[in-house]
Amino acid sequence: MPSFRFELYVAGDAPRSRLAIRALTDLCEEHLPGRYELSVIDVTEHPELAERAHVLATPTLLRLSPTPRVRIIGDLRLTAKVLAGLGLDGATANDDGEVP
Amino acid sequence: MSDRAAPDRTSARRSPSGIPGLDLVTKGGLPAGRSVVVAGTSGSGKTVFASQFLSAGIRDHDEPGVFVTCEEPPAGIRDNVASFGWDVARWERDGAWRFVDATRQLDGMPVHAGGYDLTALLARIEDAVARVGARRVVVDSLDALFTQFAGDATFRHELHRVLGLLNSLGVTTVLTAERDHDYGPNSRRGVEEFVADNLILLRNVLSSERRRRSLEVVKFRGATHDRGEFGFSITPDGISVIPHLDIRDDRAMSVERASLGNADLDAMCGGGVFRDSVTLVSGAAGSGKTLLTASFVAAGVAAGERCLVFAFEERREQWHRNAQGWGFDFVRMERDGLLDIVSDYPEVATLEDHLVAITSAIEAFGPQRVAVDSLSALERVATPDAFRKFAVSLSAYLKHHGITSLLTSTTPTFLGGASHTEAHLSTVTDLIILLRHVEVGGALQRGLTVLKMRGSRHDHDVRAFSVDAHGMHLGAPYDRTFGLLEDGPSAHPRTTPDGSRAPEADEPDP
Repeated sequence: MPSFRFELYVAGDAPRSRLAIRALTDLCEEHLPGRYELSVIDVTEHPELAERAHVLATPTLLRLSPTPRVRIIGDLRLTAKVLAGLGLDGATANDDGEVP
Repeated sequence: MSDRAAPDRTSARRSPSGIPGLDLVTKGGLPAGRSVVVAGTSGSGKTVFASQFLSAGIRDHDEPGVFVTCEEPPAGIRDNVASFGWDVARWERDGAWRFVDATRQLDGMPVHAGGYDLTALLARIEDAVARVGARRVVVDSLDALFTQFAGDATFRHELHRVLGLLNSLGVTTVLTAERDHDYGPNSRRGVEEFVADNLILLRNVLSSERRRRSLEVVKFRGATHDRGEFGFSITPDGISVIPHLDIRDDRAMSVERASLGNADLDAMCGGGVFRDSVTLVSGAAGSGKTLLTASFVAAGVAAGERCLVFAFEERREQWHRNAQGWGFDFVRMERDGLLDIVSDYPEVATLEDHLVAITSAIEAFGPQRVAVDSLSALERVATPDAFRKFAVSLSAYLKHHGITSLLTSTTPTFLGGASHTEAHLSTVTDLIILLRHVEVGGALQRGLTVLKMRGSRHDHDVRAFSVDAHGMHLGAPYDRTFGLLEDGPSAHPRTTPDGSRAPEADEPDP
């Protein structure tokens, strides 16, 4: 049962989309192996899903669980900010025993 | 003030704004297929403007619309505009209106972690436009979007993409922007730099302890428009702009005459007033203005004309009672449907609101005659400049519609004198009748003169008049009175005993 659920909204096959998918996958594999579920949504294919999630910018990462929801905008190359935003840095991550 | 020119056939295609009066000012509407920034301070009416533009598109032009809301959630917009009778929920069900909810979500301030673009917003707008077949789009407001993205360089670049998309979709777009002050820089964040072509400013200025709303078209690319500020009002039906009507009306002038309700007075005016003329009756309190107004109205009803009275000094019931005393049955005339008396307190609204209310009532009732008693009562609620514009607009409106009109003005002093109303109205009225108290031989009497009549000969005499249960009766001319137009008119020192007898009102003409 994955404890982390993510939705990553990207715009087609743009370089920025690939960058974000790669960065997020690497990060999850490193910190949350086997404990995450990731859906990648192309907003140009599914604008109605972007509408439902109120997504304006691409890429946008939504952490749906654990709650509260977290919204991270950008290509996720600023890893430290992503980790902080997801609560995977410092004390929280140590509690999970995932971050050395 | 107004650079009115012949319709510009080379100018871009227009999209009717749905805002009464605005298409006159812009000579046809908003530039179709383009974007217009509507900027104003908080509470200046930007969201109403934007919603009205979309609603009118759906209701009057079969043009569906998309509302991109960045500040107020859709539910709030639905509720707010329902008071104007715009049933957004129904239009949404009918597939004519669609929201794109770009408000900030409750999941906290987003973390920015790297490069981004607004492709998701673009995709959502494009999808919404395609789903309803939109011809009109609103983005309300740009500032709320700015705050979500900290207004960085990326955001500015992306906003250009959004505008480019709207342009390529061929939709007419209204973008609202916040201003900090009614006068000064055009918008808080300089958004007009994004949409350099078309800019409308809304103002809500406190002046003489009253709010005055106005609209200014700052620029319309490749299109003529009227310059200057135009008053507007937010009515139960939405925004209504008051254009400065052109008083140089090229419509043929009427040569047909209408009775003022007094045979002697008609005779003084060469056989009555012209049908499409505006008459100003000036006098102190108690000098007979309301009686003259009642006679004018009764003459209209007697001729089978529809008459509308705007009473700003006395209530309707008081009008009925006064008229009864002069032998006019206004209650019956109202019951017969030929007369309507609209009574209002000047202080309840701004001049713009009054003008919109007056023109709406005229359009609803369709009168051949209109009387306003008194116009000068409205002077109390405005600055002199605002009143002048109001008076000119009203007069031009009445003439344009060919309505025989009578406006009254109360002078501030009992003996002679002139009010600001007269100064403002003298150039736009066709006939001015002065009612004055005249001191003759140590006694106060009532005198009347026709000061000016456009396009016709008139009698220059000063006539005495009396009032009884049958109305007004003109007496003999004063032959030695001077200074009627000054403060404290008085008989000439050389007045003979004969001369002082002349103004006895009930005497037959010599």
